[in-house]
Formats: sequence, C-alpha cells, structure tokens
Amino acid sequence: MRRILALARAEVLHVTRDRATLAQIFIVPIMQLLVLSNAATFEVRDTAAYVVDQDRSATSRGLVERFAASGHFRVIERAGSPARANQALLGGEATVVLTIPADFEALLVRTGAAPLQIVVNAEKGSAAGIVQSYAARILSAYAVEIAPELRPHSIGGAGARARSAPRVDVHVRHWYNPTLNYKHYMVPGILVSLVTMIATLLSAQNIAREKELGTLEQLNVTPITRGQFITAKLLPFWGLAMMDFAIGLTVGWLFFDIPIRGSLPLLFAVAAVYLTAVLAIGLWISTLVDTQQQAMFVTFFVMMIYLLMSGLFTPVDSMPPWVQVVSEFTPVRHFVAISRAILVKGAGLAEIARPLAILAGYAAVMWLLAIRQYSKRSA
Amino acid sequence: MRALLALLRKELYHIRRDRRTLAVLVLMPIVQVILFGFAISTDVKNVRIAIVDPAPDSETQALRHRFASTGGTFQVTAVVPRTSHLESLFQRGTAQAAVVFEPGFATRLGQGLPAPLLVIVDATEPNTGSAIQNYVLAVVSAYERERGASSPLRIVPAVQMRFNPTRESKHLFVPGLMAFVLTIISALMTAISLTREKETGTIEALLVSPLHPWQIVVGKVVPYLGVGFVSVIAVVVEARLIFDVPVRGSVWLLLAEGLLFILVSLSIGILISARTSSQRVAMMAALVGTMLPTMLLSGFMFPLDSMPRPLQLVAQVVPARWFVEIARSIMLKGVGLEFLWQETLVLAAMALVLLTMSARSFHARLE
Repeated sequence: MRRILALARAEVLHVTRDRATLAQIFIVPIMQLLVLSNAATFEVRDTAAYVVDQDRSATSRGLVERFAASGHFRVIERAGSPARANQALLGGEATVVLTIPADFEALLVRTGAAPLQIVVNAEKGSAAGIVQSYAARILSAYAVEIAPELRPHSIGGAGARARSAPRVDVHVRHWYNPTLNYKHYMVPGILVSLVTMIATLLSAQNIAREKELGTLEQLNVTPITRGQFITAKLLPFWGLAMMDFAIGLTVGWLFFDIPIRGSLPLLFAVAAVYLTAVLAIGLWISTLVDTQQQAMFVTFFVMMIYLLMSGLFTPVDSMPPWVQVVSEFTPVRHFVAISRAILVKGAGLAEIARPLAILAGYAAVMWLLAIRQYSKRSA
Repeated sequence: MRALLALLRKELYHIRRDRRTLAVLVLMPIVQVILFGFAISTDVKNVRIAIVDPAPDSETQALRHRFASTGGTFQVTAVVPRTSHLESLFQRGTAQAAVVFEPGFATRLGQGLPAPLLVIVDATEPNTGSAIQNYVLAVVSAYERERGASSPLRIVPAVQMRFNPTRESKHLFVPGLMAFVLTIISALMTAISLTREKETGTIEALLVSPLHPWQIVVGKVVPYLGVGFVSVIAVVVEARLIFDVPVRGSVWLLLAEGLLFILVSLSIGILISARTSSQRVAMMAALVGTMLPTMLLSGFMFPLDSMPRPLQLVAQVVPARWFVEIARSIMLKGVGLEFLWQETLVLAAMALVLLTMSARSFHARLE
C-alpha cells in the first residue's frame, strides 16, 4: 500500500508541476464545455426561405406571412423568379424554395385543393426532414384557418360530416425535455466526452513516456508488483478525472441549467466505476505501444470510436445493427446512457442496473488485462 | 535551397523508415471513414412504443393493431394497464413513446364524440422526439381517415429534396467526415515533429545549421503533404465506391481543394509543435484543440445556421468549416470554382498565416 501511494504521489507531482498540463486538464475542458455546448444543436430555426410567388393573391401573401411569422423560417425573398431561386440554392443563400403556382387561390376556391412546390436543400445535415415537417405543419394550419373564408358553402357540409365521423382528440406530451432544449441532451454528453478524452490521453501516454525516457527500467527494478504498479498509475488520474467531472457538472448546472433529477451520489459512484474502465483501457494501450507517438495514434483511433459510435451526438438507435453491437463494447455508450438516465430522466439504481453491470465488468477485465500486458514487458 | 533539399531528404527518411507509423497514417483515415460513415446516422426507425390500455375494446384493438403492423416504424415493446408503469419503461429505454387510451374509447367514438388519446414522447433528444411524434400522429390520422373523417381544404405540397433526394445520412455525413478525419490526422502528423526534436535534443543540430526558420517549417510540412494527399485520394475513392456518394462536380477540383486543406491542417500541427516544448503537451493540444472544435463547429454534424451568432463567428476560423462546405458543394451540388472561390481564398489565407506564424514563433526560440 505504501508503495502504491509513493508512486501515485510521484504522478501527482508530475502533473501539478507542469503548468501546461494542468491548464489542459482543468481550464481547457471547462472552456470547451462552455463554448461547445452552444454549438451542439440539431435544432432547426431561421431556415432561409426563398419564395417564388406566381399567384400574388391575398391567399398566397398570407401564406408567406405565416412562414415568416412561424419563427422557423427567415423569408429572404418574397417575389423571386425560378431562375434566381436555383442560383440561391446553389450558392447556399437559400435552404428552401417555396413555389406558389399562378392559380393557387383560384384552385382552392374552386376545388378545395391546390398544389404547392417545396424544394429543400437536403445537403445540409439532418435538417431537411425537420424543415419539411415544419412546412407541412404551417400549411395544414393555414388551410384550416382560411377554409371558412374561401369555401364558406362547403364548410357546413364538411363540418356536419366531421361531427358524425369519429375523431381522435390527440394530446402530445414531451417527457423529460418539454421545452425541447438541446442543451439538456448535449451538455451531459459533452461533459462525458471531455472527461473521457482527458483520462484516456493522460493514461495512454504515461507508461509509453516512461519507456521513452528509460525511467521504466528504474521502476522495474524496484520491488513493486505489477498490480501495485498499474493501480498506482491509475489512482492519481482517477482522482483528477473525478475532479474534472465534478467541476464540469457544476458548470453545466450553473450555466446551462441542466436538470439533475436523479441521485448525485449514484451518478458519482457510476462515474468512479466508469473512469476505472477508461483509465485501465488507456494504461493497457500504454503498455502495448513503444513510443508516445504510437500511443497518440491509438488513442486518437479509440477516441473517435468513443465519440462517434457511442450515441454521444447521434442516437444509437439510428445506427445499423452491426454498429450497435460494436458500440456495446465502448464503455462510453453505457456511461452516456446512464448519465442521461440519471440526470434527465431521474432513473434509480434498478433502471441502470444492466449498463452498470457491464461497466463494472469492463473495469475489472481491462484492469487485469493492463496488469498482464505490463508483466510481459517487464519480464 | 540545397540546405532545404537536404532537410527534405532527412524528413523523407524519417517517414520511410518508420513503416509502422506510415501505415497507420495512411490506413487510419480509410478505416475511419468506413467505420463512421456507416455509424453516423440520424434516421429514426424501429421506435419502441408502449401502449397503456386500461380497458381494451374493439377500437383500441384496431388502433393498436395499426401500430403493431407499420412494418418497421414501430415496435410495440410493452402493453401495460396503468400510466404509472411508464416512468420506469422510459428510464430503462424500453419505450421511446407511449400511447395512452382512456376507458370507453370505442363508446365515445360510436357516439360521435371526440375520443381523447394521450401521446407521450421521450424528448430527451428533441429531434428524435419530434420525428417520433410525427410518426405517431401519422398513424392516428390514417386511422381517422379510414373511419371517414375529412378536412374542408387541402394544400398539397410537392416536396423535392434537392442534392440528396433520398435524404441518405451517409451522403450528408461522408463529405464532412472526410474533412474531420483529414484535419486530425494531418494536425497529428506534424504536431510532434518539432517537439520530438526538442525532446531528443536534435533541435540543436537544426539550429546551428544555415537553415532559415521558414525553411525548417517548409521542410517539416512538405513531406507530410505527400502522405496526406494519398489519404485524400483514398478517401475520395472510398466515398465513391463504398458509400456511393456522387461526385457531381470536378474530381480534380475536389482533389486540389483537398490538398489545400491538408496544407492548412499540417500548418496547425506545425504551429502547435513550434509553440510547445514537450510531446505530451503537443499531443494534448492537437487532440483536444482540433478534435472537438472540428467535430462541433465545422457544420459536419451540427448545422451552423442553428448556432448562436458569436459561435458562427468563431466557426469562421475553423478550417474544416470551409472544407466541409467545399466538399459538399462539389460532391452533392456539382458546382465549380465560380461558387467556391471565396472559401478557397479563405483556406489559402489560413495556410499562409499559420505558416508565417510558425516560422515566426520558431524564430523566437532561436534567441
């Protein structure tokens, strides 16, 4: 035990004496959390809309007005031409082109139905589908609004039919995030990714560095056992990463008002298990490679898998089945799911038991793997 | 000039002799684009839905049947008698949505009264929540239409998805992913090149040589430009063959822009390298400093239009932001330089500024 503490103390001194490393551990992540949380949003608003109004009637103008007032669209042109609409799409000034045909109002009055063309620039992210559904909602609301004015005679008949036809009165409730605030979803994810990145980087380059400098030889001749060695390396980083997590959570709570519905002690207990797994993976990488550069490349590869396949930013449910299987093997996926379940949904131990068991399994397996791998090299 | 050529040769030897690192540098982007090109998707399908039906009758059965037979959109994971069971189902992730019936659903419909129906959606991820809501409402209104309800006035939108008619996630993400992978791999390549010389002490040899600081910077960047360009070609070929992403514009223009972009990313690496003193700090700076900003502020994943204005300004200095725009425009829209000259100029200016800054800060270390 004393040996572990002595080596752990040496590691702490290494980190705290180096100002640059210290800044990278504490200041940079917090700055990133503050800035990037504002960036990570799939929310669609202010979509630039270009209108080609060939009808120029009160009805078509009213429709354009509804688009402008919806808050989802920013109308950049109300009386454009088809040719310039195409230029605007190609040049990227417009995301949506709305073409209202010449006989729009007349058709509505005569037949009760009129076509309308919507062209969406589907190149820009997942926004296209959302833009389409916003437009559809505005159109159907507008149709209901102008019906009595345009077709007063038919509304009675339709109304009478509607009364006899069965109608389902649907109410929609958005649980856990009623204001549809992306920060509540993203801040826990970004926090996890920052802590993971710091922990993996610190641990992955650590032993590789000792190998490069030759100081590992000195440690190999001391009476320290492999288990003690790995544990002593793990402990200080574990403490630093836990502090990072706590600070980040406080920042998220203070600045972004992220909900904390579940139990904080439970969350920290899970974080403790999770960080053991992540650091053990980092140390395992470090025992595997010879140089810091190699360590960095492997870390980089692992980080990308952590970030892109764990459901941090895009839901795991949307991934193809084989990727979902792969993502089961990243501890990040389980911790992100648990953090969101505890913070946003207020889940208790019973609800997170399965992912927590998987995390604990990883932590144990990776710790043992790191110890075994290290023993080979020192032999 | 001869001194520069000598330095270039030395760097080439470094790269060629370290076969393992070279293989990693070339293969990593290829593997990652394959892996993540398939993984990143925001399509919502197989929605897990729970049904609360306290008093089942013929009509609730009919509507439930519609949810069960949507062919992949919905998957009914639980049927429970009370709303109080839902919380735990949502927390476990067993249900993403719930449809709650009230007793007497069929009776009310039979009497021509509106029958209440509560739809609960897990909105933790807001867009997924909205998409699920739309799906549920579509099923309900299809059911209503079948029962004979109609609306008095209809505006029928004909929607056309330009540049990506099937709205395939991979068409959106693969060009962006190229930018992301290339930035990081190139920044990493050069980030430790100078710091390693500092750590091993060989920097002294460079300092006493007759090389100018800018020659040292150029000598460190140019060899990696070749390695990076091989990755660019590989990634473009891959996007075309494996992901079927069209290249509607000029392939040559795309490759040239790729080369320019690689140059900018390598310059970032060399600047980090000139400014830091240990490999550890350089690596952390390269990873932490390029990875998240490139992922979040380049428009690769999150639309720039939706960000607050100050962040949109910050994003202007992220090189990948410009390359994502260029790559998507050339590949999906098929436009040429007449639309992209501004973006190209920005990238060129960035390369120039970064290289000058690196030469400058390297100079400072001479004294």
